[in-house]
Amino acid sequence: MSRLPTPITVADRASERTGKRTGKRPGEPSAHRPDGQPRRASALRRHEAATAWAFVSPAVLIIIGLSVVPVVWSLLLSFQADDLVTPSVWVGLDNYRALAEDPGFGQAVRNTLLYTVLYVPLSVGLGLALALVLNRRIRLVGLYRTLFFVPFIISATVQGTLFSFILDPEFGAANSVLHALGVSPQGFLSDPAQALFVLVGITLWSGTGFCVVVYLAALQDVPPSLIEAARLDGAGRWHLLRHITLPTIAPISVFLLLWQTISALQVFDLVYVTTKGGPLGATTVIVYFIWEQAFKNFAAGYGAAAAYVLALALLVVGVGLRAVRSRERRRLEGATS
Amino acid sequence: MTATTGQSALRPGTRPAHRPRRSPLPFSAWHLLLAPLALLFAVPLIWLLLSSVMSDAEINKFPPALWPSGIDLEGYRYVLSNAGFPRWFANSLIVSVTAVVANLVFGALGGYAFARMRFAGSRVLMVLILATMVIPFQLTMIPTFLVMKRLGLIDTLGALIVPSLVTPFAVFLLRQFFLSLPRELEEAAWIDGCSRLRVLVSVVLPLSRPALTTVAVLTFLTTWNDLTWPLIAINHDSQYTLQLGLATFQGKHHTRWAAVMAGNVITVLPVLLAFLGAQRSFIQSITSSGLKG
Repeated sequence: MSRLPTPITVADRASERTGKRTGKRPGEPSAHRPDGQPRRASALRRHEAATAWAFVSPAVLIIIGLSVVPVVWSLLLSFQADDLVTPSVWVGLDNYRALAEDPGFGQAVRNTLLYTVLYVPLSVGLGLALALVLNRRIRLVGLYRTLFFVPFIISATVQGTLFSFILDPEFGAANSVLHALGVSPQGFLSDPAQALFVLVGITLWSGTGFCVVVYLAALQDVPPSLIEAARLDGAGRWHLLRHITLPTIAPISVFLLLWQTISALQVFDLVYVTTKGGPLGATTVIVYFIWEQAFKNFAAGYGAAAAYVLALALLVVGVGLRAVRSRERRRLEGATS
Repeated sequence: MTATTGQSALRPGTRPAHRPRRSPLPFSAWHLLLAPLALLFAVPLIWLLLSSVMSDAEINKFPPALWPSGIDLEGYRYVLSNAGFPRWFANSLIVSVTAVVANLVFGALGGYAFARMRFAGSRVLMVLILATMVIPFQLTMIPTFLVMKRLGLIDTLGALIVPSLVTPFAVFLLRQFFLSLPRELEEAAWIDGCSRLRVLVSVVLPLSRPALTTVAVLTFLTTWNDLTWPLIAINHDSQYTLQLGLATFQGKHHTRWAAVMAGNVITVLPVLLAFLGAQRSFIQSITSSGLKG
């Protein structure tokens, strides 16, 4: 970016006029300033800094105060026994040791992993398939896109209450339809063998639209010249998809896989509204476990330790995301240069 | 595009995607796949609307009716006259609107300072703020509860408002947008002697509508739809948000499904209207924010 020389005289006159305005333009390095006015320059810089601090301090105070401080606090908590009321007791690694042996936590981890393993590939795969179809010039594309996407903006509470109703073993429309089709009524969310799969189904309903929309945006970026060239070389539809489209949108696929993984590992609201972790712990996911320990059993230290285990898992996924993305970027740059 | 016409006429199998295939059907064959699937996605929402106008008798018989015999607004009446519900709606509105306004104000101020002003530690602070974007909420929720408790805010709307006043996302997104604006636009105002704030408000912000809309839309969506934090921070039902109110309402009243569904419709409505009104920018903001995450 080219920078114009500072019109110091004009701006300085302006700052003299008001007595408080700075003549320095945004981001202008002081090296550009003509020599001979070091005092003025430093006064201006001080004023600039003061204004800047006034601008950023609300954001900085709130963001740092409510993230960095709690992260450290959480770590300290995870080494303590704390009931949110009485003073806590330092217990060292006991919380983590207890977690490792807690069958409830083990089940929560298994449930979360099963949920993630089912939800992520299905939502991304279905999203890709739908986006590929919707990327064609067919009529009503806008309507389809809206219909697939609208569930995404519906809160987990509404999703939860709505599907609790639809899937209610006694009053639900789902069993009513099954009855009409001659299928015996199902337990759905109240059946330990089905509940987790039903939850996956509900999140597919609400989360696939996100993948569709992101993929549709990505498909716009596939260079038409590349497609034209391949087509001139006689590539068929399948070849175009395999060798042009999919490689071009590969970074988006990686992004979506990891993004969906991160959100799947953090699922909570829907579980709280529908099953409260039941039946028989069949849908207790990690975040539900954390919430239950900290705010129902008042074992905040124990909950904090579980939260740190989850954060570590998310960190691994996040680092994976960064690594794959930068590798993809290098690969793409290498391919185009 | 026109150059390819001859080509695709020669090779029917490689017709460009933007030209409809000729088929025996009067419409694209893809509709045979898409229409049922889209219907499947729409059915729960249609059912939400239908069941909210059913009578309790229709809902409670077995098998339940799949179509209402008439429009019965008893569910809506029950929900709207239920002392809690209008209050919850107001609470949600207060929290969400405050969050939107505050994110725009603090996000713009912070983002502008990070984009255009030089001060000691700005780089370190920006990196720190960026880093907080990857901190999962679950890690901070227990200490945040303890912070709010010490501030005496638990069980008040303050506990919901304070943590949502500004997000790292708002600061970062606005900073990126401001960086993309040409500096020359601000220079005229500088030369006229405008203060930083004046330049920000009268030059930069009017040019930043897409970014401001993105921040507003996403802030509204996340605060309006949030359940986890209100569940932790609020115990007394006069301070409930809609989401929290609905979650408990369902627990207590699931024999009155029509009322629960009426509550759902009312809860969904503001977000749905915002979505339908600003669909393009809504979808753009979801994709761009997602891709930037």
